[in-house]
Amino acid sequence: MKLSNLTFKGGIHPPYSKELSKKASIEPCIVPEVVVIPLSQHIGAPCDPIVKIGEAVKVGQKIGESKSFVSAPVHSSVSGVVKKIEEIDSPLGNKTKAVVIESDGKNEVSEEVKPKGNLEDLSPEEIVEIVKEAGITGQGGASFPTHVKLSPPPDKKIDTVILNGAECEPYLTADHRLMVEESESIVYGLKAIMKAVGVKKGYIGIEDNKPDAIEAMMKASANEPEIEIVSLETKYPQGDEKRLIDAATKRQVPAGGLPMDVGVIVNNVGTADAIAKAIKTGMPLVERVVTITGDAVVTPKNLMVKIGTSFKEVVEQCGGYKEGLGKIVMGGPMMGNAQFTDNVPVVKGTSGILLLSEKEVSAPPMDPCMRCGRCVYACPVNLQPTALEKLTSRERFDETEKYHIWSCIECGTCSYVCPARRPLVHSIRVAKKALSDKQKRESK
Amino acid sequence: MQERLLLTSSPHIGTKDTVSRVMLDVIIALLPATMGSIYFFGLPAFKLIMVSVIAAVATEAIIQKLTKKTITIKDCSAALTGLLLAMNIPPAAPWWIAAVGSAFAIGIAKQAFGGLGQNFINPALAGRAMLMASWPVIMTTWSAPGADAVATVTPLALLKPGSEATGELPSLMDAFVGNIGGCLGETSALLLLIGAAYLFYRRVISWRIPFTYIATVAVITLVASGGDFTNMLYHLFTGGLMIGAFFMATDYSSSPITVKGQIIFGIGAGVITSVIRLYGGYPEGVSYSILLMNLAAPIIEKYTSPKLFGEVK
Ligand code: SF4
Ligand code: SF4
Repeated sequence: MKLSNLTFKGGIHPPYSKELSKKASIEPCIVPEVVVIPLSQHIGAPCDPIVKIGEAVKVGQKIGESKSFVSAPVHSSVSGVVKKIEEIDSPLGNKTKAVVIESDGKNEVSEEVKPKGNLEDLSPEEIVEIVKEAGITGQGGASFPTHVKLSPPPDKKIDTVILNGAECEPYLTADHRLMVEESESIVYGLKAIMKAVGVKKGYIGIEDNKPDAIEAMMKASANEPEIEIVSLETKYPQGDEKRLIDAATKRQVPAGGLPMDVGVIVNNVGTADAIAKAIKTGMPLVERVVTITGDAVVTPKNLMVKIGTSFKEVVEQCGGYKEGLGKIVMGGPMMGNAQFTDNVPVVKGTSGILLLSEKEVSAPPMDPCMRCGRCVYACPVNLQPTALEKLTSRERFDETEKYHIWSCIECGTCSYVCPARRPLVHSIRVAKKALSDKQKRESK
Repeated sequence: MQERLLLTSSPHIGTKDTVSRVMLDVIIALLPATMGSIYFFGLPAFKLIMVSVIAAVATEAIIQKLTKKTITIKDCSAALTGLLLAMNIPPAAPWWIAAVGSAFAIGIAKQAFGGLGQNFINPALAGRAMLMASWPVIMTTWSAPGADAVATVTPLALLKPGSEATGELPSLMDAFVGNIGGCLGETSALLLLIGAAYLFYRRVISWRIPFTYIATVAVITLVASGGDFTNMLYHLFTGGLMIGAFFMATDYSSSPITVKGQIIFGIGAGVITSVIRLYGGYPEGVSYSILLMNLAAPIIEKYTSPKLFGEVK
C-alpha cells in the first residue's frame, strides 16, 4: 500500500510510444488453423515430444517434456491432430524442433485440465508442482522456468517476493493491460508464489506512467496487508531485476550474484497471472497476452494469443502491415530480437510483436567515438561501454573481464544514447561469446 | 510484407543526437562570444576567425585525403577547433598566425593521434601553446577594444603580485562584459556564460569540470589575497578562465570520462592555474594548466573507474 517514487542511478528516457496500444483492451486472437509449438521456448533443456504424428490432442494436453529440472513442459494450445514434428526457425533466433498441430476448430479442453483446489489447502510443494506441470516460464521475455525460481537452494533465506510490473520497454503494454484487467488474478498469483517460497512480504513494482494499473492493483490488494504496491519512476531499464530490487527494497544484489543472494525472488506480473489460472482452472500456459504495435502496423492491439500462432496471422488480425515495414521485432525495441520472417510462432516469452517502419529504424551512419561519456553515465551497472567496445574491436577480449564485462545486463542503454552510433552492447555480446567459446575450448 | 527486413541486433531505436549535432552545439554556444569579439575588436577579429576556421577545416580535409581516410569535416569538429583557436589569439596578431596555429592544431595535435576522440591533448590549446613558444611577442601584445588598437596590458598582468606592469585596472563591470584587452574570445565573461548556459541546456557538458575548476580558482585567489573579494572576481572574469573552464577543459577527448575523474581534473586545473597566476612566470595560466591536466587525464581516468553496481567493497 506504500506509494513512493523509487528509482536507480543511470538509465534513460526514450520515447515510450505506449499511447499506440495502452488503451486497447485485451482481445482474444483467432484460433489459427495450424499451430507450431516449439519444444524449446526457454533457457534450459529442450523437451522431447510425447505425442506421435497422427495423434489427436486437446487444449491443455501435454505434448512435450524433459527429465531435466531446468526445463518446462509444453502443451497444446488447440484441439486437433499432430501433423508433423519438424525443425523450425524459432523467434529466439535458433533452430528448434516443434510440434505442428492442425486445429479442428473445436477448442476441446483436455481431461487433464482440472481445478487444483483452494490456495489455502495447497502445500508449498504442491504449488511448485502445479507451476512446473503447467509449463510456466517467465513472461517478461527471458523465459526462465518459473518452478526453478520457486525452488531456491535451502541455504538461501528468501524473505521477499517482487512482482515486476514495471514494463519499462517502450511500446509494450501487455503487462499494463493485464494489471488493469486481471488485477485480482495477479494478486492471487502473488499470494501463491509467496506461499510457495514461504515469505510474508510481497511487492508489486509499477512504473508511474501507468496510473490506471497502479490504481487497479492498489484496489485488488487493498485487503492484503502483506502486499505493497510500489510506484517506480518511469525510466529504462527500471524493470531489470536488480534495478527493481534496489528500488523496492534498497538491497543491492552483489555483482555476479542472483536476486536470491539478497533474499528476493522476482517474477513478472504475467507469470503471476499464469500461476493463478493454473491453480484456479488447471489450464497450463497455452496462451499469453501479446502487444502488437509499432508505426508499421495498421491497428495496434493487445491480443490473447495461443502459443504457436504465427506472427503473420497475429499481425493480420491487427489489419496487417503498413507500407515501408523495416523491422519485425519480438519483444521491445531495447532488448527484443529482430526477425527475418513473420513465419515464426508466438512462444511463451513473446511479450510483443513490434513492427517498425524503415524510417523509424534507419540510423545515421556510425562515427568514431568522441568520448562524450554518455554511455558511461547512462549505464545502470556503472560499466564503461566505450572502453569495452574499443577492447573488443581490437580483439583484446581478456582485458574486457577487467572492465567487468560479465556484469553487463545487455539492456542496450549505452547503444541507445551514443550520438556516434557505436554498436556498444553488440560488441559486448561479441566479446562475451568469444570469452565463453575460449573457456569451452580450454575446458576440453 | 517487405522483402528485406533489417536484422541488426537490439536496441532497435536510438537517440536522435549525432556527433555533428554535438559539435555544432558547441559552435552555437561560442557564437555570442564570437560576435562579441567582432564587436569589440572589429574587422581584424573577423579576419582572424575566418582564417582560423578555414585553415582548420582545410587541414583536416587535406590530411584525410592524403592518408586515404574518410573525410570527416562534416562532423564540425575541425571547424570548432579552428574557432576555439581564434578565440585564443590576440586581436592584433597577423592572419598567418591563425593559419599556422590551426594547421598545427589539426595536423599534429588531432590527426597525428588518430583523429576525433583519439587526441589526448586539446588541439586548440596545443596550437596556442605552439604559437606562444614560437612567437611570444605577437601572442602577448594586447590591444584595447575599439578601432584604433591601442596597446594595453591585461588586468591579470596588473593584478600579479610584484608585477612591473602599470596601468589602470578596468572596472569590474567592463571586465565582466568584455570591454577590456585580451584574446579574441576570452574577454567577455558574460557572453561566454550565455554560451555555457546553452551547453548545459543541451546537456553537452556537465557541471563537473567547469564548476570545480572555477570554484578552485575562486577559493585559492580569495585565500591568497587575504579575503579580497574584488580581487577574486577579477581573477574569475578576466583572462581565459571562463572560456577555458567551459569550452576547453570540457573537451571530451582530452579530459577523463569518469565522474570522479572529471572532478579531480577540474580541481587540478584550478590549482595549477592559480599557482601560475600568483607565483609563476606568466600572468596567465589557463592554457598550460589544462594542457598539463590533459596529460594526466588517462591516469586519472584509470584510477577513477566507477564503482560497479553491487560491487563488494
Ligand atoms: S556515447 Fe558513444 S561517443 Fe559517447 S563515449 Fe560512449 S561510445 Fe563514445
Ligand atoms: S548494455 Fe551493458 S554496458 Fe550497455 S548500458 Fe546496459 S549494462 Fe551498461
